Amino acid sequence: MSDPVLIDRLQFTLTVTFHYLFPILTMGLALFIAWLKTVSYFGREDHRLRPFRRTEAEREAYESAARFWAKIFAVNFAVGVVTGIPLEFQFGTNWARFSNYAGGVIGTTLAMEGVFAFFAESVFLGIFLAGRDRVSPRIHYLSAVFVFVGSWLSGFFIIATNAWMQHPVAYSGSGDKVELDSFWGLLTNDWVSWQYLHNMSGAAITGAFVLAAMGAFFLLSGKHEQFARISISVGVVGALIFSALQIFPTGDRAARNVAEHQPAAFAAMEGLFETENGAPLVIIGNPNTDTRELESTIALPKVLSFLTSRRWDARTTGLNDIPVDEWPDSVPLVYYAYHIMVGLGSILLAIALLGVILLWRGSLFTSKPMLWALMLAFPFTYIANIAGWVTAETARQPWIVYGLLRTKDAASPAESVPAGTSMFTLLGFSGLYLLLGIVFLMLIVRIVNQGPESVQLPTTSTQAAAGAGEA
Amino acid sequence: METAWFCLLAVMVTMYVVLDGFDLGVGALHLFLSRTEEEREEATAAIGPVWNGNEVWLIASGGVLFMAFPKAYAGAFSGLYFGLIIVLWLLVGRGLGLEFRHQLDSPLWRSACDAVFCLSSAALALVFGVALGNVVRGVPLGADGYFSLPLFNILNWYALLIGVFGLVVLAAHGAGFLAFRGTGDLALRAQRWARGLWIPEALLFVALIGPTYAVRDEMLQNLIDHPWRLVFPLLAVAALAGIFIFQRARDWARAFASSSLFIVGLLTTMAAGLYPNLLPARDGQPHSLTVDNAAAGSHTLKAALIWWPVGMALAVVYFVFAYRMFFRGAGKPQLGTD
Repeated sequence: MSDPVLIDRLQFTLTVTFHYLFPILTMGLALFIAWLKTVSYFGREDHRLRPFRRTEAEREAYESAARFWAKIFAVNFAVGVVTGIPLEFQFGTNWARFSNYAGGVIGTTLAMEGVFAFFAESVFLGIFLAGRDRVSPRIHYLSAVFVFVGSWLSGFFIIATNAWMQHPVAYSGSGDKVELDSFWGLLTNDWVSWQYLHNMSGAAITGAFVLAAMGAFFLLSGKHEQFARISISVGVVGALIFSALQIFPTGDRAARNVAEHQPAAFAAMEGLFETENGAPLVIIGNPNTDTRELESTIALPKVLSFLTSRRWDARTTGLNDIPVDEWPDSVPLVYYAYHIMVGLGSILLAIALLGVILLWRGSLFTSKPMLWALMLAFPFTYIANIAGWVTAETARQPWIVYGLLRTKDAASPAESVPAGTSMFTLLGFSGLYLLLGIVFLMLIVRIVNQGPESVQLPTTSTQAAAGAGEA
Repeated sequence: METAWFCLLAVMVTMYVVLDGFDLGVGALHLFLSRTEEEREEATAAIGPVWNGNEVWLIASGGVLFMAFPKAYAGAFSGLYFGLIIVLWLLVGRGLGLEFRHQLDSPLWRSACDAVFCLSSAALALVFGVALGNVVRGVPLGADGYFSLPLFNILNWYALLIGVFGLVVLAAHGAGFLAFRGTGDLALRAQRWARGLWIPEALLFVALIGPTYAVRDEMLQNLIDHPWRLVFPLLAVAALAGIFIFQRARDWARAFASSSLFIVGLLTTMAAGLYPNLLPARDGQPHSLTVDNAAAGSHTLKAALIWWPVGMALAVVYFVFAYRMFFRGAGKPQLGTD
């Protein structure tokens, strides 16, 4: 454990993974809260569009569902904010040589995130949580929309940053640093669009399944039936839409980008050692990097070549034709993370599809097995999202900026940040985040126990301020 | 253009310290100022809706530093590693102490959150001061633009003095905020604290001139060589006098405005004294990181001169809107209805 780069990597893995558990739900829930508010705001009995044809009582129910979800959102958002700040600063503390090298390019997207997304998000969340009785319904509705836009914009700038690390464009530069050549080129990197949509759709899946799970939990416990029905209906329909989009077109196009621009990463994801014309799609198998074989496989012949280039006999490069020093440093990690993501994504799509069919036939709310499945499915959306990011980040190795800068050359100089120092802070972050996770779960359990019909106790200081204002 | 970004960065950092400064000050005095549960509720509710937005100025400043001066960002953050990580942990503690205290209806839980909130706010004010003190004093930069400072060298005597000064200034700022935002006993106690803290604030301000000259005499020289830059220290002196005068006149809103201007004066004086250095080397050694040798490429800086004003204009609109909403009617007017 004396390699400082390894410890820097572990620390970043811990802080970014723990942090990302919260924005997944922030971005996913923001979308569905905005939807609940939209229905409640625009709903009329004679509305032209069917989803908005609502009675007064239904509008009330949507409004109160939005209130309940806002409480969960507020706690989740708070943890997301406090765990997000360390990430921006860790580029400087632990990855100083990377910051020095690439700051001229990715500093732009990171600064834009702060300036364009965070101000909107934080200010309008304050209004949304505190202002229910202080601003007009229109402003309150708009603040929900702005929170959604702010959180999704923030996602865009982060993905634009990551997309540049995956597929550097619009730069010029030599060995020791790069500079930006084209601002628009950075924002319109052709890696950005599909990675962004794939990522956001993944967050929306989590939001949808969390909605459905909460509803299923309440129905199975025989509580809060009206709220539960709304949450489940919105949840399963959303889950179906986004699970489908997750696979096609976004997942398909993101994978084809990898195949085109990062052949080593793609071969590792698919566990492909031999270069083949008409490569098979592996469903099950264990990659063995010593013998360079994929063991105990079940594979669909020629499907992989077809998926990547739409030709059954297209040539797909295997790891054997790539120098070992350009392989991801753990091929099995990439391979398993990728297959866990794809496998879970497919199962989640099947659950969502079944849920929507039952909803359509009117038997969803009484089907106990289905409610149990919905209640237990949501943690797997988190696993799929994280596995997707593990794939993206470990498959890019050994590069931190693909083709330009290796991860081993990117950490802070060992004289500034010795291994012992980063080990100390790694342990500190572990302890702090463990405590944080326990407190978060405790508070969420409490909000769930109070239920959507509870008297409005203030849940954050923001809401307390609203209370003080009413006093 | 590099100079423009130096100024814009100074503006953003100053905005952060003025805005989040009163949150931190309220926090640092939390256990002393607010005695009853109602008062603690009132004190945290006064900053509850805005602290998160205020903290975004820090994140945005960090982003702009990264964008405009990546070399200074990389050098400063890796060199001051421990200081920075401690700031991050304290920010976690401050934010959660504040946000989570209303979550459980148990006196013990609230007291625990209050303690976390108070201690991390006070420590943050101190550590921010220590960080600025190290920047003014200079750091042992090498030719490659990096340096290393072990924790106990970060905590040197000069930086600690600036840290204590920072704590006093922000505590006074927070007390000044509650002096006009609070009600009843809370406001009275805040007013007493604000008055009391003015004395060490003024004493330290004068007392620090000597040590600052001792560690960085170019700073004074820099100001004298460009006499127009003397407006910044003069602003600080005038604002300090303003606090005193308005406190005596019991005009607590103007006293708080003066306190904000005092912070503006301090930070702009520091920026004007350091320019063109961003991160000076210690004792006149070479290798200081300046606006020229630490800046990003010209395309980045030019493009940002277009998007930054747009984003900032939007942010200012949001802030004016939110502050008007939260700070209208929520304070004194309801005094009679309680």
